[in-house]
Amino acid sequence: MKEKLENIKETALSKINEIKDLNKLEELRVKVLGKKGELTSVLRGMGKLSADERPEMGKLANQVRDEIEAAMGELKDDLEEKLKFQKMSLETLDITIQKELHKLGHRHPLMQTIEELENLFISMGFSVVVGPEVETVANNFDSLNSPKNHPSRDLSDTFYFNEELLLRTHTSPVQIRAMKEIGAPLRIVSSGRTFRPDAVDDTHSPMFHQLEGLVIDENVNMGNLMYTLNIFIKELFGEDIETRYRPHHFPFTEPSAEVDVSCLSCRGKGCETCSNTGWDMELLGCGMVHPNVLENCGIDSEKYSGFAFGMGIDRITMIKYGIPNIRLLFENDNRFLEQF
Amino acid sequence: MLLPIKWLRDYVDIDEDIRTITDGLTYSGSHIESIIELDKEIKGVVVGKILEIEAHKDADKLVVCKVDVGEEIVQIVTGATNIREGQLVPVALVGAVLAGNFKIEESELRGVKSFGMLCSLEELGYGENVIPKEAVDGIYEVRGDYKIGTPIEEVLEMDGYVLEIEITPNRQDCLSIIGLARETAATFDKKVKEPTIEIKEEVDHISEYVEIEIESENCNRYYARVIKDVKIEPSPIWLQNRLMEAGMRPINNIVDITNYIMLEYGQPLHAFDLDRVNGNKVIVRQAKDGEQIKTLDDQDRKLDENDLVIADETNPIGIAGVMGGFDSEITEDTKIVMLESAVFDPRSIRLTSKKFNLRSEASSRFEKGIDPNLAKKAGDRFCQLVEELGAGKIIKGNIDEYEEIVKPKTIDLRVKRVNDLLGTDLERETITKYLEGLGFKVEKDEEILKVTVPTYRLDIYVEVDLIEEIGRLYGFHNIKPEPLKGTLSRGEKPYARIIEDKSKEILSALGLNEIVTYSFISPKAYDKLRIDKKDELRDYIELLNPLGEDYSVMRTTLLSNMMDTLSRNYNRKVKSTFLYEIGTLFTAEKLPIIEIPNEDRALVLGGYGNNIDFYTIKSVVDSLLSKIGIRGYEYVREEDNPVFHPGRTANIILDGKILGRIGEVHPDTIENYGIKERVYLGQLDYDIVKEESKLEISFKELPKYPSVTRDLALVLDESVLVGEIEKVINKHGKDLIEKIELFDIYTGDQIPEGKKSVAYSIIYRSYEKTLTDKEINSVQNNLIEDLEKSFDAELRS
Repeated sequence: MKEKLENIKETALSKINEIKDLNKLEELRVKVLGKKGELTSVLRGMGKLSADERPEMGKLANQVRDEIEAAMGELKDDLEEKLKFQKMSLETLDITIQKELHKLGHRHPLMQTIEELENLFISMGFSVVVGPEVETVANNFDSLNSPKNHPSRDLSDTFYFNEELLLRTHTSPVQIRAMKEIGAPLRIVSSGRTFRPDAVDDTHSPMFHQLEGLVIDENVNMGNLMYTLNIFIKELFGEDIETRYRPHHFPFTEPSAEVDVSCLSCRGKGCETCSNTGWDMELLGCGMVHPNVLENCGIDSEKYSGFAFGMGIDRITMIKYGIPNIRLLFENDNRFLEQF
Repeated sequence: MLLPIKWLRDYVDIDEDIRTITDGLTYSGSHIESIIELDKEIKGVVVGKILEIEAHKDADKLVVCKVDVGEEIVQIVTGATNIREGQLVPVALVGAVLAGNFKIEESELRGVKSFGMLCSLEELGYGENVIPKEAVDGIYEVRGDYKIGTPIEEVLEMDGYVLEIEITPNRQDCLSIIGLARETAATFDKKVKEPTIEIKEEVDHISEYVEIEIESENCNRYYARVIKDVKIEPSPIWLQNRLMEAGMRPINNIVDITNYIMLEYGQPLHAFDLDRVNGNKVIVRQAKDGEQIKTLDDQDRKLDENDLVIADETNPIGIAGVMGGFDSEITEDTKIVMLESAVFDPRSIRLTSKKFNLRSEASSRFEKGIDPNLAKKAGDRFCQLVEELGAGKIIKGNIDEYEEIVKPKTIDLRVKRVNDLLGTDLERETITKYLEGLGFKVEKDEEILKVTVPTYRLDIYVEVDLIEEIGRLYGFHNIKPEPLKGTLSRGEKPYARIIEDKSKEILSALGLNEIVTYSFISPKAYDKLRIDKKDELRDYIELLNPLGEDYSVMRTTLLSNMMDTLSRNYNRKVKSTFLYEIGTLFTAEKLPIIEIPNEDRALVLGGYGNNIDFYTIKSVVDSLLSKIGIRGYEYVREEDNPVFHPGRTANIILDGKILGRIGEVHPDTIENYGIKERVYLGQLDYDIVKEESKLEISFKELPKYPSVTRDLALVLDESVLVGEIEKVINKHGKDLIEKIELFDIYTGDQIPEGKKSVAYSIIYRSYEKTLTDKEINSVQNNLIEDLEKSFDAELRS
């Protein structure tokens, strides 16, 4: 009996080594280990053995079974793994194929700049206000202390509807509205479309965009203006950007300044773009709100002071993205839009 | 304004290097736009004397010169016509380098050797606009006592720098070298030296020569002098050099002196040939309507009563402050000159110069205003230079019509206010020093300084104007930036903007690109869109002074700009695009407008190409509206809008209000825009969207009980809208139908003509229990019955 068992084991193990697919393996399992299998039929003869032999043979039979099962299990795992691999290798894709199944839309670069700038100021406690594109001469010029004979009021510099109404030439009238409607203290920004009768060329467009800011409070000074704008400019262009405040003239602020920033191409070292000066010119205009403007809006100029600033969004956008021609902003060529 | 540093040094001792000067001036408010180097790197050009000119035997247009250049006599062949024997000229010797790095070599012209070149100013690097009148078309003549062989750079003073400075419109006083000298002196803490004006010899008396009458209010001061025995000739080289450096063309001695003094003091002067003034009487008056004058530029100008003129007894002889008359111009024959040093009303000058499109150095100064106390000084300085140059004899006496004498004003200045506004801590003494440096007089009166402002500072009215002066001299860059104090506030956005920004975010996610287009459009756009003649969209607001018809009316619809943009993209071969814009529409209660119009916000959608159809645009609208909390609207067919395809257009209705419209564009409209594809458009009223939007979201519990799906296929008339079917299904579903999915619409085989098959999956679910077949059957049977009745529908099995 012992011999038979050893024989079954040897035969089974040597057959297992030759098996290459799962069906054959199953056939062998049934043949050896199945209910009517070889091992079972040998075990049936156990009854004929003596009481002494029985435990020994029982033990041996179990050993043989375990060994065969273990060998079959190992082979089964092996074959299954191979099958899976085979199947997946048939599923290989050309992963370089391009399918535009999900396309994101693109925000217009001007609107992106506006939103970015506004959010920056919101984070600094400024509120966004909006004003109309059609304005009164009073809000656009008179209340802003613009001299009656100022050339900017000419028909060649301002779009008019009649003697009283015009298309705003800057976003500053929003300041007047906010001061009249909300009063002091005040911390606002406003952006939007502005208009001047400039024929279209590389750098001019009859419609353009500005962003304007205004702070009115007690004891606001020029140092506060510079601090606020420096934060904003560094946030916009980078920590290494320096600012330069040059005295300038605007009717609605006194003192007034223009702000230059270090050349964005060379970061202030001096290059061809900045004629070796290290500065990019006139990023924005700013100044302390003229007391006449405060008084025109019913704010006590002895109690309150404030600062205002304004900048051209189109220019900032063009600098930021290296857009060479303002026309591109308003042509809305899809291939342009999809770059942003 | 061009500021030659050498000229500046006449009035202020400034030896600092150029970088220090430009930085200092920029920080104190004179913005240096560029620095021009006078050294043009010319080499090897010397003063030579033409000894002999002979004809070239083989060329009619060339001559052969013998030129003494000091160390030798050289032969030069030239085509120049304005040369004569004995003349001094610039000679570029062999090996010389001219402007543009042009090198001179020995050459042979038609068989004759040439060892150099006679030069024009252009060849020496001068701009065509400043070359003296007599030297425009030829060789430059070196007039004066120059040693032969002197390098030309010395004669033309080609060294040092000229600064190009941006002068802001309030600082007319800086449109002069002396004005900029004052700024320089104040910036670098130095003193200004103004010229001492002195005339050595005067003859006769002015009353024998001319009479002046002021008839217009637009002339505040008229100062006149007369010069006789005038000898008109080119100015000496030093004077020409200065004018050229400052960007002006030398003409002749008298005209050059007027320009020199305008540049020096900022006071424009005009010289009349007094022999050509009828009746020796000069009248300053408004022109008569229809009066004519021929101006210096040989143009006939038609005047009207808004133009201020200088006239003799019969005719205008000049347009005041803008341009002189042709007939009283200084010519080579002028013998007697009347000099005008006057102050005219800025507005009047501005309007006239604008009308004639004549902007001169003089008019641009008058426009900004002139210190009336300057006229006499400038007029006398003219006489001084005429005498110095030997250009004529000065007549004794002057005529000075000056009615309202302008006196310096005094402004109170508080030291505390200065520091409060600038954020500085300046002492009274420092403040006083700055102001005095600018020529202000300062008197102490307790904590208040009484500041007297010189009359040339037309820009100083109130205390803050003085504070700006102090700030800029202290230097804005020296002010310490400090954080804002005061109430802490929260930055906010108006709700309308929140909705718009949110919408843009959604539209981006849906794959649409944002556009920005002009607020004004062409009135022809309404025809192009095929908008009905009677449609109130045509009640647009017109601009008074548009930039052409294309930009002449304020838009009442966004469809026009969108169609233009789609058309532009189509023409540029963009295969497919889907765009949107949120913009303003302008409408008036009454036309022409008398008050600020309504500005309504709207969203426009537009697209063509890949997979874009009516349902794409509809799905965009649905996704957008649902995301901003708008539900319960319906699509109602719109057949009568001429812009759109009658069978493929819907109005979006919410509570009886038209929220917007979407559809396929009418083929005729598409054709008007030159597009050969189907185009889809939509426009939503964003004021309504804002009102109806709801951004708050409240969580709804997830279902706990299973759903049951029942399919339903119906055959009914093709004209029945699925929306109508779904309305009926929903009516019966109550809370038990979770969703209806349309999965098939079919016409063709097995379906009778004029009918269609519509198939739905209806998903039943209750949030309270597991539904039984009985409950579902009851609803399903009811709704089938209703559908059969309402639409004459047949159940398809």
